[in-house]
Amino acid sequence: MTTAPVDFAPRVDSAKEFVGRPTDSEEERIEVGVVIVGGGPAGLACAIRLSQLLEDQPELGESLGEVPVALVEKGKGPGSHLLSGAMMRPSAMRKLFPDLPEEEWPTYGTVERDRVYLMTKRRAVPLVPTPPPFRNHGNHVTSVAQLGRFLSEKAEEAGVYILGETAAAKLLVEDGVTVGVRTGDKGRGRSGEELGNFEPGSDLIGKATVLAEGSQGHLSGAAIRHFDIGSGDPMQWELGVKEVWEVAKPLDRIIHTLGWPLKLGSRYREFGGSWLYPMGEDKVSLGFVAGLDYRDARFSAHDALQLFKQHPLVREILADGKRVAWGAKTIPSGGYWAIPEQLSAPGLCIAGDSAGMVNVPQLKGIHYAMHAGMFAAEAIVDALKKGDARDLSGYDRRVRESEIAADIYRSRNMRQPFSKGFFFGGAVANAMEMSGGRFPGGHWKTHDDATVDVFIGKARKYPKPDGKLTFDKLSSVFATGNATRDDAPNHIRLREKVPLELALMWQNMCPAQVYEVPEDELEAASEGSGEPDGKRLVKLQVTPSNCVQCGAITAKGGRLTPPEGGDGPNYQLT
Amino acid sequence: MKICVLVKEVPDAAVEKRIDTATKRLDRSGEKNLNPFDTHAIEAAMQLKEGGAIEVDEVVAVTMGPASAVRALHKAVSLGADRSLHLSDEALANSDVCATGYALARVLESENPDLVLLGQQSDDGECYTSGAVLADHLKMPSLTQVIKMEVIDGKLRCERQAEYGYDTVDVVLPAVISVGDAINEPRYPSLKAIMGAKKKPLETKSIADAGIEAGRVGTAGSRTSVLAINPPPAKEPGEVIEDEDTNETVEKIVRWLEERKLLA
Amino acid sequence: MSGILTYALHYEGAFNKNSLGAVSEGARLAKEIGGQAAAMVVGGDDLTNDLCASLGNYGATKVYRARAPEGLAQPVVDAMAKVIRDEGYGYALFGGGLLGFEIGAGLTARLSAGVTMEVTAVKAQDGRLVAERPILQDTAVVDVEYVGDTGIIIGRLNAFDVAAPGDGTAEVVDVDLQLEEHSSRAVMVKRGEQRGAEVNIEDAELLVAGGRGLGKPEGFGLCEDLAGALGGAVAATRAVVDAGWYPYSAQIGQTGKTVAPKLYLAAGISGAIQHKVGMQSSENIVAINKDPNAPIFEYSDLGVVGDLNKILPKLTEAVKAKRGG
Repeated sequence: MTTAPVDFAPRVDSAKEFVGRPTDSEEERIEVGVVIVGGGPAGLACAIRLSQLLEDQPELGESLGEVPVALVEKGKGPGSHLLSGAMMRPSAMRKLFPDLPEEEWPTYGTVERDRVYLMTKRRAVPLVPTPPPFRNHGNHVTSVAQLGRFLSEKAEEAGVYILGETAAAKLLVEDGVTVGVRTGDKGRGRSGEELGNFEPGSDLIGKATVLAEGSQGHLSGAAIRHFDIGSGDPMQWELGVKEVWEVAKPLDRIIHTLGWPLKLGSRYREFGGSWLYPMGEDKVSLGFVAGLDYRDARFSAHDALQLFKQHPLVREILADGKRVAWGAKTIPSGGYWAIPEQLSAPGLCIAGDSAGMVNVPQLKGIHYAMHAGMFAAEAIVDALKKGDARDLSGYDRRVRESEIAADIYRSRNMRQPFSKGFFFGGAVANAMEMSGGRFPGGHWKTHDDATVDVFIGKARKYPKPDGKLTFDKLSSVFATGNATRDDAPNHIRLREKVPLELALMWQNMCPAQVYEVPEDELEAASEGSGEPDGKRLVKLQVTPSNCVQCGAITAKGGRLTPPEGGDGPNYQLT
Repeated sequence: MKICVLVKEVPDAAVEKRIDTATKRLDRSGEKNLNPFDTHAIEAAMQLKEGGAIEVDEVVAVTMGPASAVRALHKAVSLGADRSLHLSDEALANSDVCATGYALARVLESENPDLVLLGQQSDDGECYTSGAVLADHLKMPSLTQVIKMEVIDGKLRCERQAEYGYDTVDVVLPAVISVGDAINEPRYPSLKAIMGAKKKPLETKSIADAGIEAGRVGTAGSRTSVLAINPPPAKEPGEVIEDEDTNETVEKIVRWLEERKLLA
Repeated sequence: MSGILTYALHYEGAFNKNSLGAVSEGARLAKEIGGQAAAMVVGGDDLTNDLCASLGNYGATKVYRARAPEGLAQPVVDAMAKVIRDEGYGYALFGGGLLGFEIGAGLTARLSAGVTMEVTAVKAQDGRLVAERPILQDTAVVDVEYVGDTGIIIGRLNAFDVAAPGDGTAEVVDVDLQLEEHSSRAVMVKRGEQRGAEVNIEDAELLVAGGRGLGKPEGFGLCEDLAGALGGAVAATRAVVDAGWYPYSAQIGQTGKTVAPKLYLAAGISGAIQHKVGMQSSENIVAINKDPNAPIFEYSDLGVVGDLNKILPKLTEAVKAKRGG
């Protein structure tokens, strides 16, 4: 039996549910200049750039009122929900802070050596010379959770109001123009009832709104549908699981790996790889990324990373070390063709991962997000100067004329061939790189991850957690500092009665152990044959308070909705 | 009347806590938040203010700590405090319970409060002691770990769970009360209150401003000194038995429990 | 400085167990560093000469008795401060419990003394006392010494063992106490009230905790039977509370309650870290689970790999037989 998750998708009409008119009375509304949703690189760069531009134009700043720029962040604070590899290209930091020496950036500096290995279970074969997309000369190793905190401080110093623990629950649109967002309610019980300390959300009204929500933005998808500005090609995602280790001896190079433990045949379609980056002398960032168009319900990215750590190459790097952080996040990987046709709508800009601005083969996105945020700021100030922030097409123009569009266009057809299996995809990607993006030409369609049929493969031998090198999912969730209220409403929409292959797929996919197939359900579903046949629907056990809001479920047949502000992980080093 | 609520910023639960080997004290760098227990103290103050049984003119949030502690005060103000007071001075670093209590008491004296409220414990260390330390300095009656509080005839009727069951105690004002987390469910700040927090008055005092003697705070004023930090005693690995014959297994469990006097 | 003054809490004519532990510990330590092992009692007429002198059985050589209201800390602070000042004691010692924390803290302020709380052990070093205190969720232990004339040591609950009673007797000395004005401004209205039949798992000495391994909500019946036989209470993991098998008030763990009973019997609990942080301070941990790889076996004192449905009912019967229930 195979099943496509999309056939069991919950009924969520996001454009209807998450877009609406303001409901607070005129007096209750909170009026600010510009509303930014999301305290990541895109949102914070936008906020800082806005402050810089308004400082040069004090009258314009004053016309925006007491709070010219307000930024809402659903995590405890900027950085709490940020996770990336990460190698960052320096161009955006240079533009945003022209006077700040690179040594003072919140990064771990540059690394001279890089290596790519093709992995087998026991061996690591270096690819020499390092294929061009993996060359990182001049790029900075950074923790985006730390970068977010740094940018947030800079933004606050510049006068931006940073509102942590505040989810944006609804995009406010009046007469076809975005006028702000409604923030989420707090203090609701498990079935949505108002608890004793219930505090309703507020309408936060601005002259322009920037959605910089990151991967799987709660409002971005709804806005793209509402304004019908999508490209026609569906977005695709990859799931990244990351750890930070304190290590005994410094890692001297940047490492990327391909191959093991992924199954490369077209039956499995497991596309991805790993990274190991030095974070200064005493820490290493490592992680594992897999495309969410994989097929085998037994595949677990969390456990694949645990297995990967047992490889001799990795074991040696982590020897005598200690895990100090863990996290997971999806990465938009649809590339050029999946990026919305338009990045602005009346009163609205969409920036960064929310708009899919990731260069997949090069594993880069932070600097695009920051550039996009800055472009949005510039376009908004231009429009405000003309006295009308409704027309923000200047943002589209800036992005299209920038390195964002140029780079991502070059690799536009790079991801899609991998659905035919790793080696074929690898050949095409190489050809594309060699030809500067001219080959293969045309438009290779992306596909929706949720339309890929899922089957139950052979049981996988993931390691039994030893609590030292390898960990179970709950220990990992614990390491994120996730302290979501147990009686908070369930923010995950999905069908809880689904065919076994879907249920198992979710159970294994989720790195935070949100979905579990109870044993009796598993037994009942495997009745007779001893092997589950998938004919009977099983009922899932869902524990939403474990959720680290990685977004994988949204790609694979469910949907995250805005959780209560402050819920989820509190990443420090990821 | 005036209520002073003591608040403290503590390392976020997500931050891995470690000891600074140089100072042998908790490394308090990294992300911090308002001590969760203190939100219950603020809520208790707000419920007194809104309850009407006693007239509360002002709720003042008070903290001692480095510059970053201002965030804890902003949070306290967004939860309802009218203004805040920040005792901040490098000389206060590394103060122990004794020195901290002295310093905070001096600051509170300058406010002349009718009631001092605080959380019964902080997430990061000193346990259950600050309330009673302050009360003695301020010569006020005090009760800690209070889980219910109401105003009756101008006195506070407090309840708490003590060694022998629930105690009910009447406390005459002015007083120092520390509250447990069972006393209330703290409110969430509204977005308007969060945005307005920075605009409420905040006064920063140095030790000189507060009349604190430098020799009685910091390392010099501390009356304890950490000699060593050791790993916890290793626990003997447990015994594991496989259940083959259940009667035998049960017998083994019972014997084990008896040896430890658990079946008395 | 020399001598240790230990506070002995009493109620309805009997001393508190933690206080007796502290008196025993004070006597042991006084022998090592030299000086008097004294005890302080504060209360009303039930503090008879015989009762006070009985502290000699635990090693106290002198008992100071002050007449003042019971159950509140501040009168005791006045009494102990006076004795420490007049008689020159070097240390004040408290067993676990809320009053000890309050009195010790009050003395800290009154005497400008160092204080260490949640102390799990005290050792003598060069004629002085050093307190051992676990910190950071018990992941490290600090050794603390005192600066100045007086040191205050507040034990963790059950930290100090009660010595086997000897035949010593203590001299009883009455203290003429003048209470500070603020010390009579808190008045006990009702003390030691027992409320409701509802068992608070944080107070229970014996806990039987159930997890997903029970298989179904009805499995908790087995836990309740065993808890009943043991004279304890039932707790639950988050997973089963989430699944609606058991009420939230019984939830142990990171987002539930933290417990430290004498016996924690985990039935069908795998033992993830979220659970562990809620119960790791338990004195004795017994785990029954059919999965031999369950992490709980790594931190249980007695692990049983087997089927709960077979073991629990028989264990309940056996416990009943032993306890004569």
